[in-house]
Amino acid sequence: MEIVGQLQKQYVEFSTSLYREGFLDEQFIQLQKLQDESNPDFVVEVVSIFFEDSEKLINDLATAIQQQVVDFKQVDAHVHQFKGSSSSIGANRVKNMCIALRSFCDEKNLDGCLRCLQQVKHEYFLVKNKLETLFRGISHLKENIDSFFSFLIHHFFRRKK
Amino acid sequence: MGMTAADSQFHVLAVDDSLIDRKLIERLLKTSSYQVTTVDSGSKALEFLGWNADVRSNPIENETPVSEKNSQEVEINLVITDYCMPGMTGYDLLKKMKESSSLRNIPVIIMSSENVPSRINRCLEEGAEEFFLKPVRLSDVDKLKPHIMKTKCSDIEKPEKEEKQEKENKESIETSSEIHLQKAQTSNNSKNKSLDEGHSPDKTRPINNDFTVQLIQFGTFSLPLLLLLFLSYS
Repeated sequence: MEIVGQLQKQYVEFSTSLYREGFLDEQFIQLQKLQDESNPDFVVEVVSIFFEDSEKLINDLATAIQQQVVDFKQVDAHVHQFKGSSSSIGANRVKNMCIALRSFCDEKNLDGCLRCLQQVKHEYFLVKNKLETLFRGISHLKENIDSFFSFLIHHFFRRKK
Repeated sequence: MGMTAADSQFHVLAVDDSLIDRKLIERLLKTSSYQVTTVDSGSKALEFLGWNADVRSNPIENETPVSEKNSQEVEINLVITDYCMPGMTGYDLLKKMKESSSLRNIPVIIMSSENVPSRINRCLEEGAEEFFLKPVRLSDVDKLKPHIMKTKCSDIEKPEKEEKQEKENKESIETSSEIHLQKAQTSNNSKNKSLDEGHSPDKTRPINNDFTVQLIQFGTFSLPLLLLLFLSYS
């Protein structure tokens, strides 16, 4: 029982910190509201799509920015997409970095774009790490709660005999 | 959300080139008891709606007999579309629908991640019912029903007075649904939110994690009870 209480406390502290530090925003809570018994894996599903999408976008961005003659419109199109998807799942810091990258694109500032893209990548991998930790924490907690329950039920039925 | 069994027959067509946004809007609509079809482009949307390509050349003369047949199979009560899409934008789709006699009565909602007033006005002038800023939320989806009912109930153009009344009704529905959302969120902590803050929930609503709340409740109430159960039978 003790372990459940401890894990619970750790989980709560961790997820609260994600909001406090701006990694996640209100939209992530909205996502959770859409999850229920009929769609128990909705959040994980959407976040997995986000990871796949993002990694492709980062590659496309790197390619576009490394061209001899950079097509800033193309770069902007990719960033726009990235901004949209990060905003849709509540990845707040990634979204803000995309907004910054878009201004460098508008100015056709290649140097600024290069530096900012590095920051976008950095923020993306940070939030990816945090979310994976969060989901691991949830399943770990669930496992422990489940095993505690089954222990109780077993004991209860054994006694009844 | 106040939806009755009869509402489950309303069918919404959602158009967005982003997979994540399609998943989101689908879930939002299904949660609110709508039937949903999603497509990833304006041209696929028109195909689904049974729009005949021949109409392009003669919008007035050719009244799309083929589309009538197709549209009988699937009745779409509302189209919700993203603005920025490659190829055909949401605005282009809206325009095409308004040019078609069979499609012009279907209410259209435009979504966009960017708050550009000229863009918004352009869409509203072209006949869009409303403009939603992304990311779209449950409180936005609550606003859809009046648009569907408006089209279902009458084919006649409503006088301005009635439209104004509807706007006021919509606003009060919006306020009350946002207040409900707020109340649900704050009921688990001791903070008391005044109703005044219902108008700007994004800035003033406390960041309450649903998972966290559920786990705290579970731990605080269930574990001691379970322990008691356990002890009483040992």
